[in-house]
Amino acid sequence: MKKATIKRILAGACALAVAVLLPLTTSAAERSYSYIYDYWGDVQDAPNAYTCSKVFTSSELGLDVKLKSPQGLTVVGNKIYICDTGNNRIIELNRPTPQVLEVERIIDSFKGADNNTFASPSDIQVSEDGNFFIADTGNARILKLDKDLNYIMEFTKPNDNTLDPALVFQPTKISVDSAERVYCVASGINKGLVKYEDDGTFAGFVGATPVTYNWTDYIWKKFATQEQRALMQNFVPTQYDNLYMDHEGFIYAVTGSGDSLDIKNGSVDVVRKLNLMGSDILVRNGEWPIIGDLYMGNGGGYEGASYFTDVTCFDNDIYVCLDKNRGRLFAYDDQGNMVIAFGGNGNMDGYFRRPVAIDHMDYDLFVLDELDCAITLFTTTEFGQQIYEAIDQFDKGFYEESEQSWRQVMALDGNYDLAYIGIGRALLRQKDYKGAMEYFELKYDAENYSKAYKQYRKQWVEEHIVQIVIVILAIFLIPLSIDKYKKIKWEIEKAELDELKRNGG
Amino acid sequence: MLQVVLQKEKRNKYLDSLKFALYCMSHPLDGFWDLTHEKRGTMAAANTILIATVLIRVLKLRYTSFVIETVYWEDLNIFLYIASILFPLALWVIGNWGLTTLFDGKGRLGQVYMATCYGLTPYPLIQLPLMIFSNYVTVDEREFYSVLSGISLVFAALLIVTAMGQIHEFSFGKNILFTIFTLFAMLVMIFILMIFFSMISQGVAYFISLGKEFLFRL
Repeated sequence: MKKATIKRILAGACALAVAVLLPLTTSAAERSYSYIYDYWGDVQDAPNAYTCSKVFTSSELGLDVKLKSPQGLTVVGNKIYICDTGNNRIIELNRPTPQVLEVERIIDSFKGADNNTFASPSDIQVSEDGNFFIADTGNARILKLDKDLNYIMEFTKPNDNTLDPALVFQPTKISVDSAERVYCVASGINKGLVKYEDDGTFAGFVGATPVTYNWTDYIWKKFATQEQRALMQNFVPTQYDNLYMDHEGFIYAVTGSGDSLDIKNGSVDVVRKLNLMGSDILVRNGEWPIIGDLYMGNGGGYEGASYFTDVTCFDNDIYVCLDKNRGRLFAYDDQGNMVIAFGGNGNMDGYFRRPVAIDHMDYDLFVLDELDCAITLFTTTEFGQQIYEAIDQFDKGFYEESEQSWRQVMALDGNYDLAYIGIGRALLRQKDYKGAMEYFELKYDAENYSKAYKQYRKQWVEEHIVQIVIVILAIFLIPLSIDKYKKIKWEIEKAELDELKRNGG
Repeated sequence: MLQVVLQKEKRNKYLDSLKFALYCMSHPLDGFWDLTHEKRGTMAAANTILIATVLIRVLKLRYTSFVIETVYWEDLNIFLYIASILFPLALWVIGNWGLTTLFDGKGRLGQVYMATCYGLTPYPLIQLPLMIFSNYVTVDEREFYSVLSGISLVFAALLIVTAMGQIHEFSFGKNILFTIFTLFAMLVMIFILMIFFSMISQGVAYFISLGKEFLFRL
């Protein structure tokens, strides 16, 4: 008897403890590692499309001298190049198996020039012919070396009279096209990318960002005196932070140094896709601007807009931007829809302290962290693979397969907007307009819905043309015939009346 | 027997007055004059038009195509949404009456309300078909919708202004002047209400904190 009451009390206490603790644990649930922004701009937790599968530190790589504030990371084929900026060297890594990186060679000097060492090299690129292009920032030059590290030539400060003669040329990021023309981001030059011909001549500036200013500043400046104006900030184009040349030769250029408000209201584009003429051809059809995080409030000590410090683009035109501010990666598709956002600042694997560079090998992502001096390898999960598969199948024209893949994505994450729109687009191509409309409507995709609806409406009219004609005819003919009938009736009556009158008269 | 006849009479009067709203739409000057001076309008009809307006506005949320407008249901407070029509309407009626009585306007408070409600007629009449039409529209054809929707609002606004002039027996210029004054009066009322509420809440907060302090010391 007594035992039973104790038991009951204990059970009650347990139940109470559970009841008290459960809501606490659920409400304290952290935001998931990966997320997307839905139509309304709300954060929707998503399954991981990428997981951190390994972090390579200096000791992991077997380096005697530890990496020191590395700035550049480039993937070429199966090789990975790291610019170990603080140690004035470049490290070439090899990837024999997916989870292993081996040091192949350490490049700290080259042959055939007087000054044959690097000073703070911050970027390296390899052309299709296998020549190395190295942004030798501290020596104010971009080096061109052949694959055996023999000096070929160098690109120096552009000979342009709009540039301040006192400006020290500091190339930080470079890109090389198939004809070995060099595009370069240099600190202190905000006229766009510096473009060199393959023979080293300066070919002009490409793709300067349009100057933005707000009206209050402008009016304020009008009233200011000369001295005050000199102290004010100038309206200048923002400088690019990094660039990446995709497989088609278009340059993705990112900048983070815009005012947060300007970025939010869209007057500064932080990602641009430049064609040969230097004009921006990035497609921005997404519901939200391509600015990384939409919410810029102060959270966890980080505030302001996402600061894109590097970008890389897969062969399926999905590009991944790296945010230095909150340590996140944002993947966008070719239409400008957010595919996934993940990451964060912290000390665990998969989190960063100050990420600086990103590149990809197939669909694997390598991220270089300047403070951690480590490379983080991200590999796709089933969810991520399924998304890429669906997109690839759609691009190749396998619409039914693409639909099936999107359905599997949807089964993994029912809140994933792109899955619905993907199914809709696949159905649209399969001429199932009604079905496509349903999926577009679920995720408020008015543009695509209209495309499907236009076809559906056309089809409907073609099928029901007979009924439509009958109804239209009826609408016109019935009142007409009633009128006619009344008129005839009235005439007959009138004639009868006249007859009567005549007879009577 | 008499009661039945009277009831029928009443219903006919109601239906007539409701139908008269259509006449007011097509002949505003004549219609709104007769509305009060010939007693052609009824309160019941005015209420009906107002309810129809509110109802259409609420229905629009759900049945307008998402191509035209999308609703974030999580943030929607239906009572606040309804109040967003009724509150300005009340301000307008009270403000207009309050001002015009001081400057020999002939309309009484009830008449101002009735005429304003009659002036709203185009809104439900145009918005209901438009709501259905919106479901057969693509993004390229959105402009048709917005133009028609705009017409319904402008039409209603013009009718209300005309109605005020007619029931107060104002000249055109005076009517326009008092329309502007009424809008201004609405702003003043909102301002006073805001001050009032913030005072009240501060007063309440004071007594609450006083009570809390008292309990702590106890």
